[in-house]
Amino acid sequence: MSTNQQVSPEQRRYQALAKKHTPKPPVLRHAVAAFIAGGLVSVVGQFLTNLYARLLHLTPDKAGNPAVATMILIGALLTGFGVYDRLARLAGAGLAVPVTGFANSIVAEALEFKREGLIYGVGGRMFTLAGAVIVYGVVTAFFVGLFKALVK
Amino acid sequence: MTQYLAAFVVGGLFALVGQLLFDLTNLSPGHVLSGFTALGGILAGLGLYDPLIKFAGAGATMPISSFGNSLAKGAIMEASKDGVVGVLTGMFELTSAGITAAIVIGFLASLVFNPKA
Amino acid sequence: MASGATLRARPAPRRIGKQTVQFENPPAIIATGTVVGPLEGKGPLGHLFDHVTEDELVGQKSFERAEQMMLQNAAYTALNKAGLTPEDMDYMLSGDLLNQLITSSFSALAVGVPVFGLYGACATSAEGLGLGAMLLDGGFANYVMVATASHNRTAERQYRYPNEYGFQRKPHAQRTATAAGAAILARNGEGPRVTIATTGKVVDRGIKDPYNVGAAMAPAAASTILTHLQDTGRRPQDYDLIATGDLALYGHRLLVELGRTEGGIDLEPVLDDCGLMLYGQDQEVGAGASGSGCSAAVTFASILKDMRDGRYKRVLVAATGALHSPCSFQQGEYIPTICHAVSLEV
Repeated sequence: MSTNQQVSPEQRRYQALAKKHTPKPPVLRHAVAAFIAGGLVSVVGQFLTNLYARLLHLTPDKAGNPAVATMILIGALLTGFGVYDRLARLAGAGLAVPVTGFANSIVAEALEFKREGLIYGVGGRMFTLAGAVIVYGVVTAFFVGLFKALVK
Repeated sequence: MTQYLAAFVVGGLFALVGQLLFDLTNLSPGHVLSGFTALGGILAGLGLYDPLIKFAGAGATMPISSFGNSLAKGAIMEASKDGVVGVLTGMFELTSAGITAAIVIGFLASLVFNPKA
Repeated sequence: MASGATLRARPAPRRIGKQTVQFENPPAIIATGTVVGPLEGKGPLGHLFDHVTEDELVGQKSFERAEQMMLQNAAYTALNKAGLTPEDMDYMLSGDLLNQLITSSFSALAVGVPVFGLYGACATSAEGLGLGAMLLDGGFANYVMVATASHNRTAERQYRYPNEYGFQRKPHAQRTATAAGAAILARNGEGPRVTIATTGKVVDRGIKDPYNVGAAMAPAAASTILTHLQDTGRRPQDYDLIATGDLALYGHRLLVELGRTEGGIDLEPVLDDCGLMLYGQDQEVGAGASGSGCSAAVTFASILKDMRDGRYKRVLVAATGALHSPCSFQQGEYIPTICHAVSLEV
């Protein structure tokens, strides 16, 4: 009868009814938890940045690279040990928005599809969730760069 | 100390906006994170992301938007030297560390670990 | 040379109403086998299941194989209890949630019975009971096995996200149960009988969110239950229990409201849901259980036991299924749903 193209009045009525019976997530609690978690991740990142700047004699700018790589490692390890998803249940976007979330999506996919083999399982599925981030990052950067290059 | 405070607040704010989008809209994590990344690129083009990093340090480099910033910044920097071709050649220059780390660490982790039963 | 008039003059003798059949010699459910995972085993019905596995891998090399093992285990358990062998079975009616019904196919291979593969998603148990009863009452079989299974890990990796992904569940999301159930129906024998079967039509009331299947399926349950009551002339209170498959908390409430507003009946006094019965309040499972194994395991282990113990005399099992595919959601389609119902009586 129907696809996403047209909504019948009967469907519209039911959608409203269903919405009435659908619970709202605890927005405030989630927001506070995400703020704190995201803040803490950045604090850890700052600590690492300062550490690498001192240890490797890098400018804060350049020290960001090993700091990000370290956070990726931490995210990967927490995912591998099965701890990340439990933390994310509480922290929500606090863990998803930082680069730790990127690492988690990659490792989670690779682990889940390991049974499908190294090529198509690990290799093929690794970027199922993270791929969009890379694609839209590159495409945006391309047009921004192009614009700036031509307008100069 | 203020450096850590700034990092905490800005990093927290990025997460807060993401969380509100998760809870108040129908957007999936994929949508939100792609959007943040693209936003980073746009702010880079407007010259606004680097000042944010100067102010908040890791508060701005840890969120995924920083990835978008680095991609755009690499493209812009190389383009200013080599013209339009620079957009292509410079794209991954600044993000190379992050992407390489993600792929290598991701691969090794998948070998070492097993999904929980 | 049959004309339309001739056909209309001799309607099918066992059809009543629009979507319902009434059996002349109602077949009996003579034995059942149920196997569930550890979380389900810790739930309030844990002691009623035949086997509770130690983990979700069951010593197999993949979760898919674990699901097959559980389904086979349930089938063999039922056969042992009935004192029968696979050779005694005339048909196996089996379905599951995985692409191409792979679980059912490999299980049917192992058990070695002629098989009809079914896809009703979480409504498979009732679909199988209805069809199985038709085969028996129609004189086409002496023994029919109805079997289905679902597994949390295989369903998640097919429909949703990898297990370790840091994703915050919405409060109305349900947990796919790791459970398998098999039932043997016979033309003669002791056990609750399948007296009536109402076959559902596909219903779509505009719900897209695959994390809100309870809300998506409630209209299908309302449609089939109301049609069943109209076709049979029965009222809700003619049943000791009307059990839906896996509407869970919010779908259940929606069904009660739909019953009142669209059917003018009050289902609440007799209505329960297998998805609400499977897990305890203390278990973190969102709105409740889902999965084809949920209604099968709960019906075969708990509801039938209550009937044999005399607690219930007449039960309507109305299993509900969400018929979406992993890609239909991404294409922006609504979720088509269905509900199949069978009346069980002692």
